[in-house]
Amino acid sequence: MNDKHLANTTANKFTRREALKLAGVGGIGLLLGATGVNSLLSSSPKNEQTSATPTGADEVIPFYGKHQSGIITPMQDFICMGAFDLTTTSLGDVRTLFQSWTQAAARLTAGKNVDEESDNTLLPPVDTGEAMGLRPMKLTITFGLGASFFDERFGLTAKRPAPLVDLPRFNSDEMRKEWSGGDIVVQVCANDPQVAFHALRNLARIARGKAVLHWLQEGFQRTSASDPTGSTPRNLMGFKDGTNNPQVNDPATANEVVWANTAESPAWMAGGSYMVMRRIRMRIEVWDRSTLTDQENTFGRHRLTGAPLGKANEFDELELDRKDAKGKPVIPVDSHVALAHMEGKVKILRRGYSYSSGMDLKTGQLDAGLLFICFNRDPRKQFIPMQQRLASVDLLNEYITHVGSGLYACLPGASEGGYIGDTLF
Amino acid sequence: MIQKWGYPIAAVVLSSSLLAACGNAQTQTEEKKPEAAQPDKPAAADQSASASTASAPSPELQASIDQYRKWVVDQTDQFVKATESFTTAVKAGDMEKAKKEYAPARAYFERIEPIAESLGDFDPWIDAREGDVPDNEWRGYHKLEKALWETKSVADQGKVADQLLQDVKQLRVKVESVEIDVPMLVTGAVELLNEVSTSKVTGEEERYSHTDLYDFAANVEGAHEIYKVLKPAVTAKDSALANEIEARFADLDKALAPYRKGDGYVLYTELKEDQVKKLSQSLDALAEPLSKMGTIVGG
Repeated sequence: MNDKHLANTTANKFTRREALKLAGVGGIGLLLGATGVNSLLSSSPKNEQTSATPTGADEVIPFYGKHQSGIITPMQDFICMGAFDLTTTSLGDVRTLFQSWTQAAARLTAGKNVDEESDNTLLPPVDTGEAMGLRPMKLTITFGLGASFFDERFGLTAKRPAPLVDLPRFNSDEMRKEWSGGDIVVQVCANDPQVAFHALRNLARIARGKAVLHWLQEGFQRTSASDPTGSTPRNLMGFKDGTNNPQVNDPATANEVVWANTAESPAWMAGGSYMVMRRIRMRIEVWDRSTLTDQENTFGRHRLTGAPLGKANEFDELELDRKDAKGKPVIPVDSHVALAHMEGKVKILRRGYSYSSGMDLKTGQLDAGLLFICFNRDPRKQFIPMQQRLASVDLLNEYITHVGSGLYACLPGASEGGYIGDTLF
Repeated sequence: MIQKWGYPIAAVVLSSSLLAACGNAQTQTEEKKPEAAQPDKPAAADQSASASTASAPSPELQASIDQYRKWVVDQTDQFVKATESFTTAVKAGDMEKAKKEYAPARAYFERIEPIAESLGDFDPWIDAREGDVPDNEWRGYHKLEKALWETKSVADQGKVADQLLQDVKQLRVKVESVEIDVPMLVTGAVELLNEVSTSKVTGEEERYSHTDLYDFAANVEGAHEIYKVLKPAVTAKDSALANEIEARFADLDKALAPYRKGDGYVLYTELKEDQVKKLSQSLDALAEPLSKMGTIVGG
């Protein structure tokens, strides 16, 4: 069966799933399958990501809604994240780009090709094709704007949100320009790495002539298949990471921690959030030869259980003022948990992934670490003070280096008929 | 350009696996062609032959084809002259003159490469790099490039020079009768930019002379010429696409401008990493809309 036949049979309107049905059961099955998919998709938009209950690996996370998905959405297994620099200087082009991206993202997250294919064989395929037949896999695509977006190019300087500050230089930062910043960031997450890459690749293709990639990082965590209980994932240092994440399925907590509101942010950001990205290289080789005691004191938790030092269970209360027989704190005051706890007053929503980018050709060491991502309502009050404290004394600093950094204003969600950024542009 | 000759075989393997269910006997047999075989029937010709099963071009498109053919013949005329002068300098042992004329002479060929590729073995004869073909078959411009810049002696290159001039003259004869159709034009323009993307922007084409930017510019000029003859058709079908293509050609021209030097270009080795990246990204930005020119056919 050649492409032309396929296109004719389906009247140019086949989705990834429909193509799968076609391959499996032929034309009649296709028609039934297509109807099934359409009715499933049209009945599903319940625009609260928090209410999404796992029904299967192919679940669709609705793209349209008050908030962008991919923020309080429970973490998927894989990330493919890229920052773009705009090459156009026309705000009209930027608007068009976001309109095209929105349209594409809505289709992709629903498990469809990026757009409908033409039957003209002298044209390259509209979709790059590597996700044909694959399920949506909880794909989310989240767009954010960096501070440089608000420079003089587009006349938007006055609209730069106050919380979108230039991050200060933190102690022991070793920032590299090629891993930092960017005018626009796109966070793509999915339960399949090929589905995630496919989405980012097609967005980059759509952007050609208007924007180019500035940096790109893929990441992973243990998959839901290898840990069906969904326990706290471990980072590449072998420790459970994210135990104290706030419960953002409670709307009050989400509003408090995550969602921008008009107290600090301009009206066009209402329902958006601020994303911090840190590319944190781990000195894997050094870590691997430090003793268990050193490792546990560094984190302030037991390696095996994730429990606070001196406790038995992961979610046991952190008692930071508890002393041992000699009067020394059980949990070292300069351990990671002690510092990140911030007396319980400051919270951020962590959504980080491990990364492995092969090896450092200069040293032969592994180039691996943490693609730290967090969301907060106002980084001036949340991320920055927390990181300042961590950067100054955290025992962990001996084993990590921050090499990339970005702060991005993640736009509010779009409603059907609208587009991401329509409150701003 | 190993990529280029790798392409027909790779393309045949790919298409035969995709079409295996259809039992396409022709592609099946071609798949078995050994890698080292001479590309006696390059892919461009095969593809255009199968794609042109559609109806004959409209009078307007026929006029575009005629206009393009005239330009190709003119370029080939100049290619013969420039090659004559270059090979004469080589044979006279005038290294300085030969070095100066090498890159500008090649540019005529780089502009019409899709046509040359459709004419049998001319491309490997004229443009093969060392390693692209068996050593004992290696001839053409890049062999002389190596003599001029690497071994720094052309004392024993008389035969190579004679052969090159003869090949180029024969190309001139053959080009008169080359079959050009619309599919060949729309794919040819993108092929030219793909050439840039795979070997020129990476500095792999001119490994001894480092005159890659001459080839870069010439390939782009060749693509631009194709666009110029098709422009009325593209504009009629999709004026936004035409505007986009035009703007991106202008952007790329602007991106190349800082590297112009006299009548030519700076050496590839003078480019910094981020400058190469910017050129490459400008090229991708142009190639993407250009690859949609096929829209003028059908529908």
